[in-house]
Parts: sequence; structure tokens; C-alpha cells
Amino acid sequence: MSDHHIVSSYDAELEALGRKISEMGGLAEKMLSDAMDALVELDTRLAQLTVDNDPRLDLLQREIEEQAILTLARRQPMAVDLREIIATIRISGDLERVGDLAKNIARRAIKTYSELHLPRATVGLRSMHESAAILLKDVLDAYAQRDAERAKSVWANDAELDSLYDSVFRDLLTFMMEDPRNITFCTHLLFVSKNIERIGDHATNIAETVIYLVTGESLPVDRPKGHSSLNETPAKAAN
Amino acid sequence: MTDLNSSAEQGDTPRPEAIRKLAGISKPHALSQTADNGNQGNTPDAEDSRGPQPAAEPGPLARMAKFNKLDHKVTIRNLNFYYDESQALKNISLPIYANKVTAFIGPSGCGKSTLLRVLNRMYDLYPKQRAEGEVLLDGVNILRREQDLNLLRARVGMVFQKPTPFPMSIRENIAFGIKLYHRLAKSELSGRVESALKQAALWDEVKDKLNTPGLSLSGGQQQRLCIARTVAIEPEVILLDEPCSALDPISTAKVEETFDELKKNYTIAIVTHNLQQAARVSDHTAFMYLGELIEFGNTALVFTTPSKEQTQNYITGRFG
Repeated sequence: MSDHHIVSSYDAELEALGRKISEMGGLAEKMLSDAMDALVELDTRLAQLTVDNDPRLDLLQREIEEQAILTLARRQPMAVDLREIIATIRISGDLERVGDLAKNIARRAIKTYSELHLPRATVGLRSMHESAAILLKDVLDAYAQRDAERAKSVWANDAELDSLYDSVFRDLLTFMMEDPRNITFCTHLLFVSKNIERIGDHATNIAETVIYLVTGESLPVDRPKGHSSLNETPAKAAN
Repeated sequence: MTDLNSSAEQGDTPRPEAIRKLAGISKPHALSQTADNGNQGNTPDAEDSRGPQPAAEPGPLARMAKFNKLDHKVTIRNLNFYYDESQALKNISLPIYANKVTAFIGPSGCGKSTLLRVLNRMYDLYPKQRAEGEVLLDGVNILRREQDLNLLRARVGMVFQKPTPFPMSIRENIAFGIKLYHRLAKSELSGRVESALKQAALWDEVKDKLNTPGLSLSGGQQQRLCIARTVAIEPEVILLDEPCSALDPISTAKVEETFDELKKNYTIAIVTHNLQQAARVSDHTAFMYLGELIEFGNTALVFTTPSKEQTQNYITGRFG
């Protein structure tokens, strides 16, 4: 396919949208890793910085939406261009949510600062974070390179994060049963683990969008699922 | 998965090919049997022209289209067309489905208007122009020598780029054509005039001035008058050659509005340079380039995920 439109300002508009998505992606990745560092290393300054970064992400998303709507109105895009613009709108929405979830983790880092800490409880969260960060990085690369295969592997690999979430859930329940003084801290961590799991879901949403962008095909509704904690009672899960 | 099941029920009987397709098993030409509907020859079918598809399930639009039963009104087979020595159409084969709108798009000089002119043998008016191949209207080849051209043009009407009302009253513009083909009582004739004007969405604007000259109408109204004149003789196929290119957006919208109504009774083929119009009004789209048919398929697919690179370049404005 020729890379260039006859009207060069059209290219410029699409490129600007793509650049903004990359910027959002970079920011969301950084917010997630900063929030996790702040939580584990009890760094409230870093946590506050992460919270303060969120409005930038929100602003970028609004800019992308406005530009995308203008381009739709101006160019009436077709085929790959149309998919491109729909993709930027969808992906910016997902990344904005990733930022919100990272911000929530940072807020919990600030709240748990004064609580009784249980360092071994954060080990599982660390692996969840690594897994989510890889999903996020891979899917952003897949978007940048328009690589449907890579996006498809992200889409399939989210199951791993789901099963990690499942095991963290069991661990945290165990710690709480061992010693009720852990309950406050571990409850915060439960929410954090849920947030990371949700970030993985957004990464798979983005993967679906990338596949649609590249191929025009939608993936089946059913995605490989890894976790079962929703279906189990706490007592069963702890056994 | 639930909506997959419900769309499967839209077909009269679940066809084995369709079920295989839903199960994600791609099988080349599995669909030709569903859409071809027992029709002649191996012309590409709209849903078949994309060839074997990847195992991912098709989108809702593709699925919907698959279950529509489509009859060929016109079947074009291996059509070649020559203006004297130069070849304007190269081995074109495609179906035009009954009671559907088929749009022809492509850059200037790609042969789309020529193709339209073949469908009612308009080219016969000019020496040195000739067509080879077959154009089957309800299975009968209209290119054969003994074809009665007046009869053909009564069955296949045409509307041109510029409105061409006759220099007579609005009523006479429409009655003129009817009188050529039918002997009708006066009352019946005015009934036909009214019904034609209604089908062309013009009745409300002209009902009080049927005796004023057709040329006194605005451009958009004149074009709808021409559409009314065409439908008045109750053709089976209506050919429209860039019917809205000289019209403002509101008149264009009014003309487009008539298509939904018209296709209940007629098969429509439209040539247009306005891609958004093709996307809006047509069920199937054919993209032509340099006299060749590059891609033919379901409009929703052609404009969102064209299968050919040339189509993609053209509709996204990357041609050059």
C-alpha cells in the first residue's frame, strides 16, 4: 500500500494521533511501574508524583478524541484510515483507564504507608506487575508496528496474569487468616491485585483493537481465561 | 456466541457450508453455493470473491450478508468492450443482484460508465463500438444480435449525470414514456404519473404544478423528475450514471432517499465518484481500474476492509 495520501495534511493528522497514543502509552507504563515501586518501597513521594501525573494522561486522551472527531468530520475516512481512527479512540480510552488504575495503586501506597507491613505479601504482586508490564509493553509495540500476531499473543497471554491473580488472592487470604493484624494491609493489596488484573484486561482490549486495525477482523468473544477466584468461596480458596 | 446462533436462524435452513464457516473452518468456495442460489456460471459472488477466509469468525455484517438469498438479475460474463481499437473493458465478470443496489466506483476512465452503457446497449447508437461476451438479463443474453433494443431499454432504464427533462410539462415528461409502451385510459395515466412521482419522492413538491414546464424545476427536482420518468414505464433495472454529481447535498439526500424505496421493486446499478454515496446507498460495490474489475463485494466490507490493495489505495485517497 502506498504510505502517503494525496492530501498530505491528512497524513499529518493521522501521524499526530499515532504519536499521542505512543505518548499516552509511555506515560501509562511509567505510572504503573512508579506506583508499584512506591507501594513496595514505601515511597510516598513517588506515589504522590504518580497521582499528579494522571491529569496529563486524561488531557492527552481528550486531545486524541477531539482530533479524531475532527478528522472524521473533515476526511470521512475509509477502510484502513477509518480503522486507524477508531483504534486511536478506543486505545486512548483503555490507556486512560490504565492510568486511573495505576493512580489508585499509588493512592493505596500512600494509605498503607502507616499500616503494619508484611513484605512477603507483596512478592506475588511483584510478579503480577511484571506480567502486566510485559503485556502492556508488548501490546504498545504491536500497535506501533501494526503487528497483529504480536497483539494476538498478548490477547492469549493475559490468561497467565489471571492465574497469577488467582494465586495472589489465595495467598492474601491465607495471610489474613494467619494473623488478623495483617487484614488492613492485605485488603489494600487485594484491591491492588485487582487493579493490576484489570490493567491486563485493558491490554487485551488494546490487543483486540490492534488486530482489528491491522486485519479488519474481530476476535471471538471468548478469550482464554485463567482465574477462578470469582467462583470460589474464601474458605475453599484458602484450603 | 449468542448472536451467532440467532443469525444462523435467519437462514431458512441451516446450510452445512454455513455451519462449517461459523465453526471457523474455512473451506474455499464454500459460500458460492449459498449465495449463487443455483445460478449460472462461475461469476464471482459478492461473498465469495474474497476467497477462503481466515479462521477468525466474520463480523456481524459479513454474517448477515451471507444469509441473504441473492438472485442474479443481471449476470455479466467475460465482457470485453471496444471503442474502435481501444479496449475499454477487459474480461469483466460479475453479478448484479435483484432488488439490490450495486455501485460502480473507480477513477475517471476506468470503464464504469462504459459498463453501465453496455447494460442497456446504449453503445449501439454509435458505430465502431462493440461488446463481446455475455450479459444475461434473467438468463437471456442481451448482447445477441436479435435483441429488440426498444424492449430492452424499457426493461433497463437509465438516468444520466445531467438532468435531461424534455421541454414539456412535468406531467407530459412522465406520460410521454408511458404512452410509448402502453395504451392507457386518461385516468389510469394520471395514476401512473402520480405513482412515479411518489416513488421518486417528488410528488409533494410538484403535485400542484403538474402543467408547468419540467425545465422550470430546480436541478435536484429535475433529476428526480428523470428518475420518475424512468420508473414510470416500470423497468426492471435502473441504471444511474453519476445521478447526483451536479446536485447540492440536500437534493442528493433526496435522491438517495428514493433508492431504499426503489429497490423494493427494481434492481439498481449506480456509477458514482462520491465514495461516501456508494458506501451509503449500495449493497454491493465493484471497484474498477483501467478497464478491469479489481474487487467486487459486500459494500460494508469493501469500505472497511477491502481485500485488494488497489481498492484500499483508491478509497483512502492514496492513489497517485
